[in-house]
Amino acid sequence: MNDFGASLATASHLIFNADAALLRIVGLSLAVSGSACVFAALFGLAGSAALAVGRFPGQRIVVLLLNTLLALPSVVVGLVVYLLLSRAGPLGELGLLFTPPAMVIAQTILALPLVAALTRQLVADALRGSGDQLRSMGAGPMTRAALVLVHDRWSLLTLLLTAFGRAISEVGAVMIVGGNIDGVTRVMTTTIALETSKGDLPLALALGIVLLLVVGAINVLIALVQRLSKEGR
Amino acid sequence: MSEAGPLIELREASVRYRDVTALDGVSLRVGRGQRIALIGSNGSGKTTLLRTLHGLQRCDAGERIVHADVPQAMVFQRPFLLRLSAWSNMLIALWLAGVPARERIDRARDALRRVGLLEQRTRPARALSGGQQQRLALARAWSVLPQLLFLDEPTASLDPAAKQEVEDLVMEFAAEGMTVVMSTHNLGQAKRLATDVVYLEGGRLIAALPTERFFTERLPDAAARFLKGETTWQ
Repeated sequence: MNDFGASLATASHLIFNADAALLRIVGLSLAVSGSACVFAALFGLAGSAALAVGRFPGQRIVVLLLNTLLALPSVVVGLVVYLLLSRAGPLGELGLLFTPPAMVIAQTILALPLVAALTRQLVADALRGSGDQLRSMGAGPMTRAALVLVHDRWSLLTLLLTAFGRAISEVGAVMIVGGNIDGVTRVMTTTIALETSKGDLPLALALGIVLLLVVGAINVLIALVQRLSKEGR
Repeated sequence: MSEAGPLIELREASVRYRDVTALDGVSLRVGRGQRIALIGSNGSGKTTLLRTLHGLQRCDAGERIVHADVPQAMVFQRPFLLRLSAWSNMLIALWLAGVPARERIDRARDALRRVGLLEQRTRPARALSGGQQQRLALARAWSVLPQLLFLDEPTASLDPAAKQEVEDLVMEFAAEGMTVVMSTHNLGQAKRLATDVVYLEGGRLIAALPTERFFTERLPDAAARFLKGETTWQ
């Protein structure tokens, strides 16, 4: 308990004094996970909208596969991206392994199924009630999908915040493809794992508190978004 | 049915949803300037007939013939309004209809003024009352200048005042020469608004007559029972 109390005091000191190392780690975490969510949104929204409105052979299998990928373990994503980016891998020449871009790629792959599967469901459900009316007004398939995404924009934002929460709190993928290099690829979760294993609890605890604060802020944002959604009907 | 220059015609049209026959060999011609009321009990095929005439639903058998390719619009029983302002809903409808950008503002303003919602244009569309939402849907349809307007039970679940407002608007549109095909459960409304009445039962067209004759002449038994308010599904 004393150790915990001392760690907590040191953690508070690091946070309130805006420790440079702490800020760097937090900044990189936010940048990596934020970028991953932007890419997941770019690919996921367009792809899932097309999947919701299109009709093609094997569509059900694609949807099933996408839903299965919701449970994709982060270490498996890390391993696959590692194999792709390693020197002997097909993308080895890019020299991305153990760099922040590699971490962004891994987290994008991790967040993509979540964004795509839930957006597809959102669009499909919305079009069940409104598709004919939008078609009657002259909207083509992708325009219908885009309009229901505008219509359900608050739900979409909640979904993207959830994807960000998943990305920023995972450790397996970024540990494998980032290598946890000090000052280069060290993010909150990998630092917590490393410092805990070294027995340096104050920094680990400080980062744990910051991570909880970030996740807490995301939850507050989600609650605000849901409130706005209800006010806007 | 009273004859006029035909716009759209169904010949022996049938529509099936899996093992349910929603329309069964229906032939109907919609003439320019007509106001046709489709009546019948729930599940009689009114909405499917509207959707088929409008082109939203394909015929599984028979055919839909477009005699004159005129602008059309449809107002649904529960209109889908985007979670945006009434004004944005209007502009999007005009954009979807291919109206040039420079005309959209004037057309949207005219349509909202027409239905008495210009002052409400900045309000979220879904925060409007049921009657106002239906009037907004009518404005949205009217703004694209349709010559053929389909209305699917446009006054269902509205209070009497809102119902009257919507009926007045439909009559105004019709007075301008717009052809109207509407489904309704309300026989009084059919009597007030329609030039012709079509009675459907079990997806089949049982009777189609000018309104005056429909309510005065001897009808097939099923239609006569419906007019008397008796159940038709026994």
